[in-house]
Amino acid sequence: MKDILDSSLSDKVYFWLSLKLIRGVGNSIFLRLLQVFGSPDKALEADEDDLIDAGIRRDIARNIRKKDFLLDPEEEIKKLRRLNARIITYDDPEYPSILKEIDYPPVLLYALGRKIPYNQFFIAIVGSRNASHYGMRAAENISYRLAKLGIEIVSGMARGIDTYAHKGALKADGYTIAVLGTGIDVIYPRENKGLFQQIRENGTIITEFPTGTPPDGKNFPIRNRIISGISRGVLVVEAAKRSGSLITASFALNQGREVFAIPGMIDSIRSQGTHFLIKQGAKLVEDVEDILEEFGIKIEESQDKKDHKPLVKLSNQEKKIYECLDETPVHIDEIIRSTELDPSEVLSTLLRMELKGIVRQMPGRLFVKNMG
Amino acid sequence: MKGQENAKRALEIAVSGAHNILMIGPPGSGKTMLAKRIPTIMPPMSFEEALETTKIYSVAGSLLNKGGLIKKRPFRAPHHTISDVGMVGGGHPPRPGEISLANNGVLFLDELPEFKRNVLEVLRQPLEERRINITRAGISVTYPAKFMLVAAMNPCPCGYLGDRIHTCTCSVAQIQRYRSRISGPLLDRIDLHIEVPALSYKELSSKEEGIGSKEVLERVLRAREIQRERFKNFKINTNSEMQASHLKKFCKLDKESQSLIKDAVEHLGISARVYSRILKIARTIADLDESDDIKVDHVAEAIQYRILDRKLLF
Repeated sequence: MKDILDSSLSDKVYFWLSLKLIRGVGNSIFLRLLQVFGSPDKALEADEDDLIDAGIRRDIARNIRKKDFLLDPEEEIKKLRRLNARIITYDDPEYPSILKEIDYPPVLLYALGRKIPYNQFFIAIVGSRNASHYGMRAAENISYRLAKLGIEIVSGMARGIDTYAHKGALKADGYTIAVLGTGIDVIYPRENKGLFQQIRENGTIITEFPTGTPPDGKNFPIRNRIISGISRGVLVVEAAKRSGSLITASFALNQGREVFAIPGMIDSIRSQGTHFLIKQGAKLVEDVEDILEEFGIKIEESQDKKDHKPLVKLSNQEKKIYECLDETPVHIDEIIRSTELDPSEVLSTLLRMELKGIVRQMPGRLFVKNMG
Repeated sequence: MKGQENAKRALEIAVSGAHNILMIGPPGSGKTMLAKRIPTIMPPMSFEEALETTKIYSVAGSLLNKGGLIKKRPFRAPHHTISDVGMVGGGHPPRPGEISLANNGVLFLDELPEFKRNVLEVLRQPLEERRINITRAGISVTYPAKFMLVAAMNPCPCGYLGDRIHTCTCSVAQIQRYRSRISGPLLDRIDLHIEVPALSYKELSSKEEGIGSKEVLERVLRAREIQRERFKNFKINTNSEMQASHLKKFCKLDKESQSLIKDAVEHLGISARVYSRILKIARTIADLDESDDIKVDHVAEAIQYRILDRKLLF
């Protein structure tokens, strides 16, 4: 795009926002106007005939002339100031260049938090909201290890897999982007309020939807194209047969991004979608190497691979119990049988281990090793 | 019964201290089977108890032919469609309800959240006073209602939360809504919660060893004896009946145990409200161990029997 930096920054953002907020102006019409008129302020001043000559429908041209806004742009900017949020326009240096490659890129992004790094190597991790313990652990671990290697993690801050993808990156002191399907001031789901704050401090939250946009089923697939569009590859951890994660994966394919999938148990409905992807040619992922390999990146083997020794000192009983635990949940009766300890001993020891953070108790009296 | 080691241990504790218990488990996990075996590990009825039970059945008109003394502890399992009158008694003249028919025995409520709210509410008073007062035009009758409440429920609406073979399809909100159907005050009167896993066909069909094995019964009897001795000047018989003053006297905790409870409250989301429940269970566990003092292991085990107080984790 050419010659837009002639007005001061906030004026510029005001015009961009104004044009975007006009009823009927979507991303593709906006880009057309930008191409023809050079900048949004010029498009806003153009008369109806010029707009129609540019290939804009008459009713939308009228809306532009009448300044028929969905939301008052001035109010919107005031709101953003209060929230300490900013707008990243299509021509802003912060706008991820990889996102311009896709069909219908968002012409502007509302953003909160840190600056989006320039030299991005983003990997998206997405999956089911109603995920299993296995899926959440896989998402968290892989995210953690990718983030440790300096790779940025993108996800949608939904329940389940998304939440753990962000958590893994944050745990590794890494950078993560949450792409919302709601307004920048709407935290959804509510229980992720804490996570929202953490991402805001250590990453970036972006959305293309105006402030106050409530969670709405139809917006999430629209958002998903940004998740895949901003990333070099998309890892699907758990997904049912017809799910949003599969929509993200198909966006990724159309956008020329790599698609990865984590396998699950063959009888789990939560893995039907990922198995479908693998059958279609998505790469099966067991560990981060499987992802990095596709991009020609190699990491040294010497790292702490799969060494899950607890850091705390264990008593003899605790050791005995720890040995029969696994990374998949084990039922208390199995622990009792294989340790040959008293049920009472096992229960009280497990509570202490739980409080030390070595094990985790799941519904159904199931216990798993707690991975840091 | 084979398997269910954890559940069996919990039942032993429940019977020893006469604690009410709630079993949470998927359909077909054998919750009913476990419940039915509870009377077999309860101490045999005394002559007075047998007489009392026989009297109630006689008033209810349910004495079966022979007319002799009822010597087996009753086990009542009313269906969840029961009315409040059916549960606590009523009519003219007032006849005993299920809670009185279960006197000196077990009242088993399967599918607890399916019971009508008012039916569960009328249970609260008899659970506290251990008898029920029914007043009808001109007549007032008091029937005993000393029963052990054994309740069962699915872990979630679809029944498969925590199951390793089937996948649970419920959302967190659905699960919370399902669980909130049981009112807090009723839940407060249930000391132990346990989770019962689904059993494989093999485990179900293998020869039953019976939790009513002699050793368990002996341990229960010994624990009851300890309690009788302890409470002989206090008008109560079992740990579950302890009031605040008794707790202060008989459930002193050492520093280690206190800090364990504090940790559990902080890290596991257990509410401080259940402190006295934990103390009562810990007291019974210590009695089973024939230990005068409540030790930290007893407290740790007791905390594990408060599942519904924990934050829901996945």
